[in-house]
Amino acid sequence: MQKKHFTFHVDLDMFNPASAKDKEYMVQMRPSSTFFKDGVKRLYKNKVAFVSFIIIILITLSSIIIPFFWPYSYEDQLGVQPGKAVDASYNNLKPFEYGKTEQALIDDGESVFPHIFGTDSAGRDYFIRVIYGTRVSLAVGFFASIIVLLIGTLVGSVSGYFGGKVDLIIMRIVDIIYSLPDMLMVILLSTVLKMTLTPVIAGTALESIGANIISLFIVFALLYWVSMSRLIRGQILSLREQEYVLSARATGAKGKWIITKHLIPNCISVVIISAALQIPSAIFTESYLSFLGLGVNAPMPSLGSLASEALNGLASYPYRLVIPAVVISLIVLSLNLFGDGLRDAFDPKLND
Amino acid sequence: MNSKTLLYIVKRVLLALFTVWVVITITFFVMHAVPGGPFVGEKATTPAVQAAMEAKYGLDKPPLEQYGTYLKDIVTKFDFGPSLKQRGRMVIDIIADGMKTSMKLGLIAAGVAALIGIVLGAVAALRRNKLIDRVIMVITTAFVSMPSFIIGALLLALFSVQLRWLPANGSTAAGLVLPIITLALYPMAYITRLTRSSMLDVLGQDYIRTAKAKGVSGARIIFGHALKNSLIPVLTYLGPMLAYIVTGSLVVEQIFAVPGIGRQFVSSITNRDYPMIMGTTIILAALIVIMNLVTDILYKVVDPRITLE
Repeated sequence: MQKKHFTFHVDLDMFNPASAKDKEYMVQMRPSSTFFKDGVKRLYKNKVAFVSFIIIILITLSSIIIPFFWPYSYEDQLGVQPGKAVDASYNNLKPFEYGKTEQALIDDGESVFPHIFGTDSAGRDYFIRVIYGTRVSLAVGFFASIIVLLIGTLVGSVSGYFGGKVDLIIMRIVDIIYSLPDMLMVILLSTVLKMTLTPVIAGTALESIGANIISLFIVFALLYWVSMSRLIRGQILSLREQEYVLSARATGAKGKWIITKHLIPNCISVVIISAALQIPSAIFTESYLSFLGLGVNAPMPSLGSLASEALNGLASYPYRLVIPAVVISLIVLSLNLFGDGLRDAFDPKLND
Repeated sequence: MNSKTLLYIVKRVLLALFTVWVVITITFFVMHAVPGGPFVGEKATTPAVQAAMEAKYGLDKPPLEQYGTYLKDIVTKFDFGPSLKQRGRMVIDIIADGMKTSMKLGLIAAGVAALIGIVLGAVAALRRNKLIDRVIMVITTAFVSMPSFIIGALLLALFSVQLRWLPANGSTAAGLVLPIITLALYPMAYITRLTRSSMLDVLGQDYIRTAKAKGVSGARIIFGHALKNSLIPVLTYLGPMLAYIVTGSLVVEQIFAVPGIGRQFVSSITNRDYPMIMGTTIILAALIVIMNLVTDILYKVVDPRITLE
């Protein structure tokens, strides 16, 4: 057929129903993958990150579950029984040793649950103290990074969204907080907050958490949100100007659509990654303060305070230092490696 | 140096001064939240010290006036008041005493960290993906994940308590070896990783290829071109490294009983020696701020390719 230009004559062949063969092209070979699924797949392939993830899950689960069925508690001094003289044979037990009354029970043929890591100088089962200390350290790290995430996101998005004078003032404040030496300020604030908070929270539900931990959270809320808010602000500023946002706007997309479909998905991975990397740094800070005696209140253990207590009996009981040291290093190392893996898997800008 | 660089330096110096002032102000008013205020001791304070405080700061006057006196004394006389707990001694004298030991410790640790870190990082980059690179990376990753007090306590347990090679007390020269190693390990690991990645970056640059094409010898390329340029990012780590060493020394001096400023600071916290806490916080913070300032300026001056904002 001769091709005619400028004609309204319609080629009817193009409007035939699709044949079976044509339809084959349209069959979805596999369900379409989402950004999240892609990321999980990449993360799964990353051996180091995957192993780190397993380690984190194992440590977290055991620190939550083991205290429920363990026959000893982290604060019970086993040698102290009501109405009896203190039985010093329970203090400083080596691993798998037993106190006098326990030994008598074993000699009578009864079974006694072993002290896997022995007991500490006050006769408390050391294994459950390590487990509980891990729980405390993880919880502090987790909640501190949530606080940082919330405040940082709020301030950062306000600053990036409004721009202008608001942005200028917020960013100057951020600059100043950023240039303060953080650890010294943390020590200063914790010292003072500890003294002023202790009488305030006496008798309330907060007392069980302890003034030190609360002041640690306050310090994180005051100081550590700055880098997160800088990050969020930068993200929002650069995303706002992206071509795909412009094109979405040009095709008539409304603000809500742009925020939920473009801004949040592109921002969220960066936010989550930096929140994940915040956890080990919070654990670091908490253990550091506990080591200086500004962390958890006795008898509550944390990995830092356990290591600090272990220094006194270093010659006879070096394992009391080694155990919390290994646990804390393992937690920080696997959280860091997992965070790196998350960044590799979810940061779209790194994928070529 | 052009006028733009000069303007940048002036701006940076002003920001640093402002930051130090903010630190002094925060320290003073945060300390005022303590019941009784920072210049009133508990039972252990001698009446003489209390009377001196009364005369100096006018404890019956409003906090703002006390703050004015405190700030004026620091700026004009570098005077942080008397210690509440160490009889008859001024805070600044105690700090100066402790600073001698701590400075020695910190500077040697920083030097060791920089030297070994740069060498290891360069070796790792030049032998990329070989066995030695992998070994260096694994070891440095482990060190970066260990808090300084854990490293210190483990070294103490191994070398002083178990093997008895080195004394556990840091007041002698031999006793400073372990504290120095403890303080140096983390910055060393960090500098190694920094040098490695920046060296790899530099080795891929065009000017290295040009040098190779011109037939420059391998050693000259490494020392004359690659190493020199890859040290620029390492320079930026100087400020954070000092901050790390200062905070690290608080626990390290505690573990090894080094008579330095860190140990004084920690014991002043447990003793509630408020003027001492304030003085030490301000001086250490000023030190860190100044070091960050020097680092920033050095960075811009050394590398002309860096554009100023």
